[in-house]
Amino acid sequence: MSLPPYADLLGITLAPRDGEAPVLEMPFRDDVLGRPGFLHGGAIAGLLEVAAIVSLQHALAEEGGAKGPPARIKPVNVTVDFMRGGRDKPTHAEGIVTRLGTRVANVEAIAWQDDRTRPIAHARMNYLIARD
Amino acid sequence: MSGFNIDAFMNHRFGGHGGALGIVYHARSDAPGDTWVELALPYAGALIGDTDTGVLASGPIIALMDMATSVAVWVKRGRFAPQATLDLRVDYLRPAVPGRTVIGRGECLKVTRSIAFVRGIAYDETPDDPLAHVAGTFMLMDAQAMGAAA
Repeated sequence: MSLPPYADLLGITLAPRDGEAPVLEMPFRDDVLGRPGFLHGGAIAGLLEVAAIVSLQHALAEEGGAKGPPARIKPVNVTVDFMRGGRDKPTHAEGIVTRLGTRVANVEAIAWQDDRTRPIAHARMNYLIARD
Repeated sequence: MSGFNIDAFMNHRFGGHGGALGIVYHARSDAPGDTWVELALPYAGALIGDTDTGVLASGPIIALMDMATSVAVWVKRGRFAPQATLDLRVDYLRPAVPGRTVIGRGECLKVTRSIAFVRGIAYDETPDDPLAHVAGTFMLMDAQAMGAAA
């Protein structure tokens, strides 16, 4: 799975998992800094968005296998809830496809630092699926 | 008149994530009572989300709008004060045209004792043809002090 240049700017790396979409990790560094000592909300939202797309690509690959060209994913909207400040440590994120329909996919993503049960942010995204 | 000197505030380059994205101050409204603020996100290869089309990733647009609406709150309140984004919703009306600078216009609709309500648009040519619409809320971190003053 290849990530876009924007994911490189955020420093995102993927940790593969058996049968599931990979978990993302974003290191803490100046490029993702907001106010001193804290992650920028935009960087957290960007990480969540990349996590959502990665999980959706994974779900589409699982569903479609090798048949036909890959479907295109068009973002419709995103709602991000920021639950706590991101501190100066690595941030993890995971996307969860809640529904993959013919034309629309509903995807969630969460970001956490030390403890997955204490997320720092949560996002809900709707995507249009364009199958050729 | 606003006691918040946005020109002085914006007269330095953003550091951190805003700087990494290349976000700079663009413009503000000069109409009385009108408090919108605009930041600019120049097109750059590092911000591409779709290598087939060259279309920008949506993450940088979220960051741009988070910052533009955040500054709009400071303009509305007439001073800089710490605040945290509670939530932000972005509707993508159309893709940004590859190669064009994206302008983010933020506006603060209302400030209560602890919450600021914002909205904004992003466009790459004219505000009449926006590429995204946003709505969000900020939590005011100095709410205690503000409550005492109100």
